[in-house]
Amino acid sequence: MKTAWTTPALLVAAVAMVAGMNLAVPASSPLHVSAYVIALAGKYLSFAILALSLDLVWGYAGILSLGHGAFFALGGYAMGMHLMREIGARGVYGNARLPDFMVFLGWHDLPWYWAGFDHFAFAALMAPLAPALLAFVFGWFAFRARVSGVYFSIITQALTYALMLAFFRNDMGFGGNNGLTDFKDLLGLPLQADATRLLLMVLSALILAGAYMLCRAIVSSRFGKVLVAIRESEARTRFLAYRPESYKLLVWVVSAAIAGIGGALYVAQVGIINPSEFAPANSIEAVIWVAVGGRATPAGAVLGAVLVNLGKTWFTGALPEAWLYALGALFILTTLFLPRGIIGVFSWGPRSRRRVEPRVSAAAREVTG
Amino acid sequence: MREDGTLLYLDGVSVSFDGFHALNELSFVLDSGEMRAVIGPNGAGKTTMMDVITGRTRPDQGMVIFSESTDLTRMDEPAIAALGIGRKFQKPTVFEPHSVRDNLILALKSDRSPWFALFARETAAERARIEEILTTIGFAALRDSPAAALSHGQKQWLEIGMLLAQDPRLLLVDEPVAGMTDAETEQTAALLREINRTRSVVVVEHDMAFVRALGVKVTVLHEGSAIAEGSIDHVSSDPRVIEVYLGR
Repeated sequence: MKTAWTTPALLVAAVAMVAGMNLAVPASSPLHVSAYVIALAGKYLSFAILALSLDLVWGYAGILSLGHGAFFALGGYAMGMHLMREIGARGVYGNARLPDFMVFLGWHDLPWYWAGFDHFAFAALMAPLAPALLAFVFGWFAFRARVSGVYFSIITQALTYALMLAFFRNDMGFGGNNGLTDFKDLLGLPLQADATRLLLMVLSALILAGAYMLCRAIVSSRFGKVLVAIRESEARTRFLAYRPESYKLLVWVVSAAIAGIGGALYVAQVGIINPSEFAPANSIEAVIWVAVGGRATPAGAVLGAVLVNLGKTWFTGALPEAWLYALGALFILTTLFLPRGIIGVFSWGPRSRRRVEPRVSAAAREVTG
Repeated sequence: MREDGTLLYLDGVSVSFDGFHALNELSFVLDSGEMRAVIGPNGAGKTTMMDVITGRTRPDQGMVIFSESTDLTRMDEPAIAALGIGRKFQKPTVFEPHSVRDNLILALKSDRSPWFALFARETAAERARIEEILTTIGFAALRDSPAAALSHGQKQWLEIGMLLAQDPRLLLVDEPVAGMTDAETEQTAALLREINRTRSVVVVEHDMAFVRALGVKVTVLHEGSAIAEGSIDHVSSDPRVIEVYLGR
C-alpha cells in the first residue's frame, strides 16, 4: 500500500545512499560516486522541485503554465543576489559596496531593491516570496478575467519572455546579459568545495521531500478535490457556489513559491543565473518532464524531471545535436503510448483505477485546440 | 413546504444574442413550494431562462427577483448558487475522476472559501447527510465508484443527489429524463415529487408524457415569451400552443 510517506522515504534513502557512496566508498572503487555526479544530482533535484510545482497547477487544477521557468528564475535571482553580496571585496574591482558589474557600469550606489540581500535569511524569504508576488498579481487579473486554457498558456509564455527581455537590460540592475556569477561562498561555506556541494544536494533532497509532502497534503484535501473539479468542469463548480478564480489563485501562488525555492537551490549549485533561465523553451521543457513522468501524480513529476534530465545529460554529451529531436520524440511517444506517463506503468491494481489522473493526450488537445 | 408568497419573479426579461431574441419580455412567477414544468419547442428560450436565473447570462432588460427582495441580475453564478438556487444541466455534469461520495461532499452545503476547504475535515453531521442522500438516490452500494463508471441515467441521478446535498431552496432542472429508459423516467418523476415536498422546483422538459406524470402547472414558452400557463390539459387545448407545436 502506497502512502504519503513512500516517495519521500525512497527519495531520502536514495540520496543517503548516493551521499554514502561519495563519502565512504574510496575513489578507486567502481561504486564511488564522484563530486561531478553529486553536483548533477543536486541540479536534478532542483528541477524536480520545479516539476512538482508545475504538476500542482497543471495536473490538478488544469492550468497549463508555459511560464513556470519565470518563477524558478526569480527564485534563482534572489539567491544569486545574496551570493553576489557575499562576495564582498573579493570581486575583480575589490569593491565591498557594489558587485563587480555595477562598478563596471559606473554605478555609485546599490539600487534600493538590492537592500536586504546582504542577509541570507532575507534572500531565503524572497526566493519564494518574489515569485509568489508576481504570481499573485498575474493570477489576480488572469483568473478574474476568466482567462483559461490555451489563452492562459500563451500569456504565461509571454510573461516569461517579457521577463527575459527585461533582465537582459543592464540598467535593470541584475547583471544584464551575463547575469550573476563568480560566487564565492554561502553562509561562509565555499561553494566550490565538495562538502558544500554534497550538503546542498542533500538539502535539495530534503526540501524536495518537504515540497512533496506539502503538495500531497494540498491535493488530498477538500481544496484539492475542488481543484480537480475545476479542472474537469469549471462552469459546474460555479453553480455549486465555488469561486474557481480564488482556488486557482491560491494554488498558483503556492506553486510559484515552490518553483522559486527550486530556483534558489539550483543557482546555489550551478553557480550562475542569467536571463536565459527565463527562456520560454525552459518552461516548455518542464512541462515535458511532468508529462513524461506522469501528470497529476506528484511522484510522476519528480520522476520525469530526474529521468528526462539524465537523458539530457547523456545526450548533450554523446549526441548534442540530437537532443532536441529526442526530447520532441519522447513527448510524442509518451503522449501516444503512455498517456499517464511513466508512473502510469507502475500504478496498476485496484487503487489506480480510482486515481484522478487525466490523460496527457487531453492536455495535448488543450494545446492544439 | 407550503408557504405563501412568491419565490421567483421574472418581469419583462429580454435577452438577445447578435440580434436573435432568445427571451422577449418574459414574465414568470413561481410560488414558494411550487413545482412548475416549463415546456416549449427548441429555441423557445427555456435554457436561456435558466441561464438568466442562475447568473450565467445577464438580461438586457427586465427584473429577476428571488425571495421577494434579492435582485439576481446583479449577482454572478457562485453568489446565486450560495443563495440557494441549484441547477441541474441537460447533459449530466458530474466530476468524473471523483467517487460518488466525493461528488456529494463537494456539493454539500458548507463554507466555499479556499482556506476553509484546505483544512476542512468531514464532520459527523456531513457524513450522516451524505449517507442519507446516498439512500435517497439509491446509491448506497455505489458510494466509492468513480463517477466516470456510472451509466448515463445514474449520472443524472448523482447530479440530482448533488443538488440535494447543496440543499437549495429552488431547484432548476433541465431535461432530467433525456436519454432515460421508461422505468428510469418514472423513478425520476417520483424523485422530483419527493424533492418538491421540501423545496421549489422548475423543470424544463420536452417529454410530454413525463410532464403529464408530474401533474403540475405548466408554462409554455415560445420565441422567448410565455404564451400559456395552466394544467397540462388546459395548455394542450390552447389553440396557440397547438399551433406552435403542430406548426413545426
